[in-house]
Amino acid sequence: MKSSLLVSDARTTKRNKAEARFKAFGLGAIAVAMLALVILLTSVIGNGASSFQQTYITLPVELSADRVDKKGNRDPVEMAKTTTIGYAPVLRDAIVAEVARLGLTTELSDKDLAEMISKEAAATVRDRVLGNPDLVGQTVTFDLLASGRIDGFFKGRVTMESAALDGNTSPDALMIAQAFADAGVMDTKFNWSFFTNPDASVQRPEAAGLGVAILGSLYMMLVVLFLALPIGVASSIYLEEFAPKNRITDVIEVNISNLAAVPSIVYGILGLAIFINFMEFNQSSPLVGGLVLTLMTLPTIIISTRAALKSVPPSIRDAALGVGASKMQSVFHHVLPLAAPGILTGTIIGLAQALGETAPLLLIGMVAFVREYPAAYTPEAGLFGEASTALPVQVFNWTQRSDPAFVERASGAIITLLVFLLIMNAVAIYLRRRFERRW
Amino acid sequence: MQSLTTPLLFVIALAVVGYFVAKARALQVAGGDIRTLVSLPRQHALNTALATLVPACAAVLLIALFSRITGTTPGWFFALVVLGLGITGFVLSLIGIKIEARARNYAERWIMGLLIFSSSIAIMTTVGIVFSMLFETFNFFGQYDWRDFFFSTTWSPNFRGNSELGILPLLWGTLYVSFIALLFAVPIGLFAAIYLSEYASPRFRSIAKPAIEILAGIPTIVYGLFALITVGPLLRDYFAEPMGLGQSASSVMTAGLVMGVMLIPFVSSLSDDIINAVPQAMRDGSLGLGATPSETIRQVVIPAALPGIVGAILLAASRAIGETMIVVLGAGAAARLSLNPFEAMTTVTVKIVSQLTGDTDFASPETLVAFALGLTLFVITLALNVFALYIVRKYREQYE
Amino acid sequence: MEDMTHVDRTMTTQQNIKISAKDVQVYYGNNHAIKDVNVEIEDKTVTAFIGPSGCGKSTFLRCINRMNDTIDVARVTGDIRIDGEDIYDPKVDPVQLRAKVGMVFQKPNPFPKSIYDNVAYGPKIHGLARNKTDLDEIVEKSLRKAALWNEAKDRLDSPGTGLSGGQQQRLCIARAIATAPEVLLMDEPCSALDPIATAQVEELIDELRQSFSVVIVTHSMQQAARVSQKTAFFHLGNLVEYDDTDKIFTNPQDPRTESYISGRIG
Ligand SMILES: Nc1ncnc2c1ncn2[C@@H]1O[C@H](COP(=O)(O)OP(=O)(O)O)[C@@H](O)[C@H]1O
Ligand SMILES: [Mg+2]
Repeated sequence: MKSSLLVSDARTTKRNKAEARFKAFGLGAIAVAMLALVILLTSVIGNGASSFQQTYITLPVELSADRVDKKGNRDPVEMAKTTTIGYAPVLRDAIVAEVARLGLTTELSDKDLAEMISKEAAATVRDRVLGNPDLVGQTVTFDLLASGRIDGFFKGRVTMESAALDGNTSPDALMIAQAFADAGVMDTKFNWSFFTNPDASVQRPEAAGLGVAILGSLYMMLVVLFLALPIGVASSIYLEEFAPKNRITDVIEVNISNLAAVPSIVYGILGLAIFINFMEFNQSSPLVGGLVLTLMTLPTIIISTRAALKSVPPSIRDAALGVGASKMQSVFHHVLPLAAPGILTGTIIGLAQALGETAPLLLIGMVAFVREYPAAYTPEAGLFGEASTALPVQVFNWTQRSDPAFVERASGAIITLLVFLLIMNAVAIYLRRRFERRW
Repeated sequence: MQSLTTPLLFVIALAVVGYFVAKARALQVAGGDIRTLVSLPRQHALNTALATLVPACAAVLLIALFSRITGTTPGWFFALVVLGLGITGFVLSLIGIKIEARARNYAERWIMGLLIFSSSIAIMTTVGIVFSMLFETFNFFGQYDWRDFFFSTTWSPNFRGNSELGILPLLWGTLYVSFIALLFAVPIGLFAAIYLSEYASPRFRSIAKPAIEILAGIPTIVYGLFALITVGPLLRDYFAEPMGLGQSASSVMTAGLVMGVMLIPFVSSLSDDIINAVPQAMRDGSLGLGATPSETIRQVVIPAALPGIVGAILLAASRAIGETMIVVLGAGAAARLSLNPFEAMTTVTVKIVSQLTGDTDFASPETLVAFALGLTLFVITLALNVFALYIVRKYREQYE
Repeated sequence: MEDMTHVDRTMTTQQNIKISAKDVQVYYGNNHAIKDVNVEIEDKTVTAFIGPSGCGKSTFLRCINRMNDTIDVARVTGDIRIDGEDIYDPKVDPVQLRAKVGMVFQKPNPFPKSIYDNVAYGPKIHGLARNKTDLDEIVEKSLRKAALWNEAKDRLDSPGTGLSGGQQQRLCIARAIATAPEVLLMDEPCSALDPIATAQVEELIDELRQSFSVVIVTHSMQQAARVSQKTAFFHLGNLVEYDDTDKIFTNPQDPRTESYISGRIG
């Protein structure tokens, strides 16, 4: 009956196998989660990294007076009467001349050649001319956006095969583009305008940028910061330090933890019904977006602020009360400063959450196509009242367009958004480490 | 509302002036020796500033609300009221500056009022959510039979009228997507939590735990895009089409899987907390009897943690049901009652977005239905949350 | 079982050694918690470990069934043998060892399961019962041995956590003896119990001696005197003195033991 400990019996061996299997499942689960993260990030970065590069064509453009200044008096007001359509032939001639200069032969018509340049380019040239009428009559070298398809060619999105089936470009055009690139006329550069340009219409993905979206998101973050932080801290102080323990405060507590779990889209409905339909604030405005995000972020901030207040030991309060401070003074002079790093960390995390939130903004009209940079204040629209869009909504907007160039833009916008979030979280982690206190 | 801006600005300026005037006056009353004062000049100054500002600001809020309800623009009378309140507070508080005045108590009373007002915003938010949706939902049921809404199996809105607006296909899509998401996230999240809390070395844990939590910090629009451009086409090309189950990249499976990834950190961090709350003595008891760690986990730790884990799963379910962007970009727009997970289906949240974006006419049932959908969503998620939080709280109390 | 009832208290000879420990050291990180402990524990005997708190009694006890393996920072060196087999040999599976060396803890820790399932847990995982009747029998026998059968037989399906503290501890003892161990380790099994429950458990321990070798940690000298035949006195990680209980309490050899017994240290 006595069995030796030194030999493992069959049953134990079996049980140990089960043990190893179970452990492997655990490790496998973690591996799956990590793998998902890696695939997610590579997919987004793989699709979006190229949006930070953009193809430009360097062209000497002859700005002849009879095209851009028909009256010939260099009066900007008169010259503004020539629309971007009027500049199209100027560019067409420029690219045709360039093809000739490089000695390239092609089947392409002049019109097809002109389509290799972005439709945005005419506006670029026109703006420069109106800004400096002295340029008229000269031949000026411009760096102009290449069209989305040509840009796609250099990024591998457009190939000879796909171009053959594509009404917007052709293999011949790609060949010319290649020749331009070989001659140094066409080049990809870092795409600063991706961060500064406003959105562009469906036909010109190459010109679309995040300028308005970043500005709109910034405005909303300001609204959230200036509303959610004070309100959140004030209500946390009341609930944590002053509130009597009774039914009403119980209701508030349960209410806050439930608000934290209400689906974000419900806040969108609230914003639409209360702020837009009832209060008649402007649709699509960062003010309304900020208000909605404030209400959404408030529970997060309250929960983390209360945790920070709770972690300040009672002895500090007693010490302050002991030297004759009022309860209010002990809280504002002693407890609050000690809890500040925790509060700040929670606020930044709340802001990061708000920055990435999309669904409620769709409902308050922030999906609209906005090309004008919103002003922070105008007498008509009030504070943050001008129509705007926001980073995550811009992503959504671009996903709804059919040109694959917009998928690249959307992914690029996501990378930008993630970088912002990374910075915010890094600051939060830094604050937590830097000021972490052990009592 | 513009007519109130000027008086408001005036009152703010008055408050700033009041601060300094009160300070000076307190010093003057004290005859230059502040030790004679019961309250410091600073307290008097604060009291005056708050007495000027708080009632006037409260009046501005109330007047704005009143004028919205009545649909009028506030006239000069209201502007006078705001100004009057500001000036009254200013004057009265300055008169009140005496040697023995307890300005600290007065100032703190104002501050307490502000604190209480801030706390009430959370309540007002809930009330706002409920009322804004209830109101429009009543409007909707005035135009559309509630029985059709809750029991019809067809969803086909038609902006020329005669829409069929049955919620069942949307609820089906919602539940189906959530089910797949949980099917994916719960085992993985739970196993990850078990491994991290029971097996992992502190070093491994300190790396793997934050890495998994990164998934929680990624905005849902990112997951949506991931579903749209990567997971959807992948599932279609390698699973749906070869198996003859459909040609759609958006599908219940696409949205469900991606949502599952999103929920992993949610499930794992909640379960981690809950598993850690099981007392070590319980594990020791089992290990001391010669159980292997996995036997201990399966037969002692998990059963002990079960209520908490169920709570965590319910919270995750509520997350899944309310999730919007992933389903908007990954699930599709066609309302359908089907069992095939590779088919595009739609959810309650998708339809809320589609009925409320674009040109909306707040008199038509096609728009108003979104509020009824929102209310239904709110009620379902609220019930899940309340129940889950209750279970989790009860569970924690058990081991305290 | 009948033939075991007349084991003599004084019949303690060398060939009855169950556990022998040589030069055992335990470290928690840098904390040297057990220093050079050498001891031989006899079969069918109750051995008590006494000493001031923090002196390493629990630590040493947990070495005997390798429960210290579950603590990351703990490191054990030296040689511990049960029936002549080195339990820290790499070939030894702690799972098998712990089936042989059961343990009862300071605080009653019944599983959140029914009374029946608590007791049946060990036999189930070790596969000791071929069928339900077997299992029923083991459960009944263990509960009887733990003097809990009469109180529990009508409520086997109710949760073990619903019992009183003393009943819970006896349930834990029943749970430990259900796996048919050869050694039973008890770490202050009565410290969370009231005097009546303590008396019941002590009575039980005396009976358990007939079947097992029992090692009990206690901070109560009266308890050690009441239940044990041999006593080991630990102090600051050292095994200061180990002898017959009578001798330790009447005629201690080491001055430290004497001071502890007379209440001057501890
Ligand atoms: N899990 C542990 N980790 C680190 N040190 C421990 C641990 N358990 C016990 N110790 C240390 O080992 C020493 C002996 O503890 P212990 O064996 O519990 O003493 P006793 O049971 O005699 O009161 C003490 O100094 C204690 O601090
Ligand atoms: Mg101990």
